[in-house]
Amino acid sequence: MAEEKKRRRLALVASQGSLDMAYPPLILASTAVSMGWEVGIFFTFYGLDIINKRKLPTLKVSAVGNPAMPPPFPSVPVQVPTIIGTLPGATALATSFMKGWMSKANMPTIQELIEVTLDGDGKLFACTTTMGVMGVEEEDLIEGVSCLGAAAFLDFASEADVSLFV
Amino acid sequence: MSAQITPSRTLDCRGLLCPMPIIKISNAIRELEVGQVLEMLATDPGSRADMLAWEKHTGHEILDTKEDDGLLRFYVRKTR
Repeated sequence: MAEEKKRRRLALVASQGSLDMAYPPLILASTAVSMGWEVGIFFTFYGLDIINKRKLPTLKVSAVGNPAMPPPFPSVPVQVPTIIGTLPGATALATSFMKGWMSKANMPTIQELIEVTLDGDGKLFACTTTMGVMGVEEEDLIEGVSCLGAAAFLDFASEADVSLFV
Repeated sequence: MSAQITPSRTLDCRGLLCPMPIIKISNAIRELEVGQVLEMLATDPGSRADMLAWEKHTGHEILDTKEDDGLLRFYVRKTR
């Protein structure tokens, strides 16, 4: 029996721009909209890349200084040493491995999760300060994004039941 | 309560991991009439708890959950 109470709200900060760190905020956001919640994600710092038209298709993950990254071949339990991760092509390889794992597990892409979030009336906020600092214009951003600053986002988050920082 | 549940539709989420089953069922339930039952198949063990949370937050009702050798079947009634 659905109780007649205020709709739950999730406020997320996405501050990271690597492929692996783009997933947590977007999975949480798309799940929350699927549960009928209001959602707002504030993309700041490197997280702005996730909603940048040019950067979104080329989000990468590096094996450098990433001791939590699983071994590329599960049958060979050897993690990639940081020094190997610095070799030319290593980041591209690590990125393609991650995409392979995701696709094998039938996981949606970041683009697909963004679409689900927007379809569920989720709000995508671009940090105006990050835009100024990194020279990003509004036309560089994907459709459906609104630009605002920290105070406006905090106002949104002040009404949130759950506020998370990634 | 051993009344036979007759689903109007079956949603196959086998092989899908969180958040996909939840995303898919929230879309699929929109296509049903209120009162109709959706059968969802899933293999993700996490979907048991996810579905309970989804039920709580959306108000739709899980009539029954069956498990058979790793295959989960949820029977969900659209309530609104």
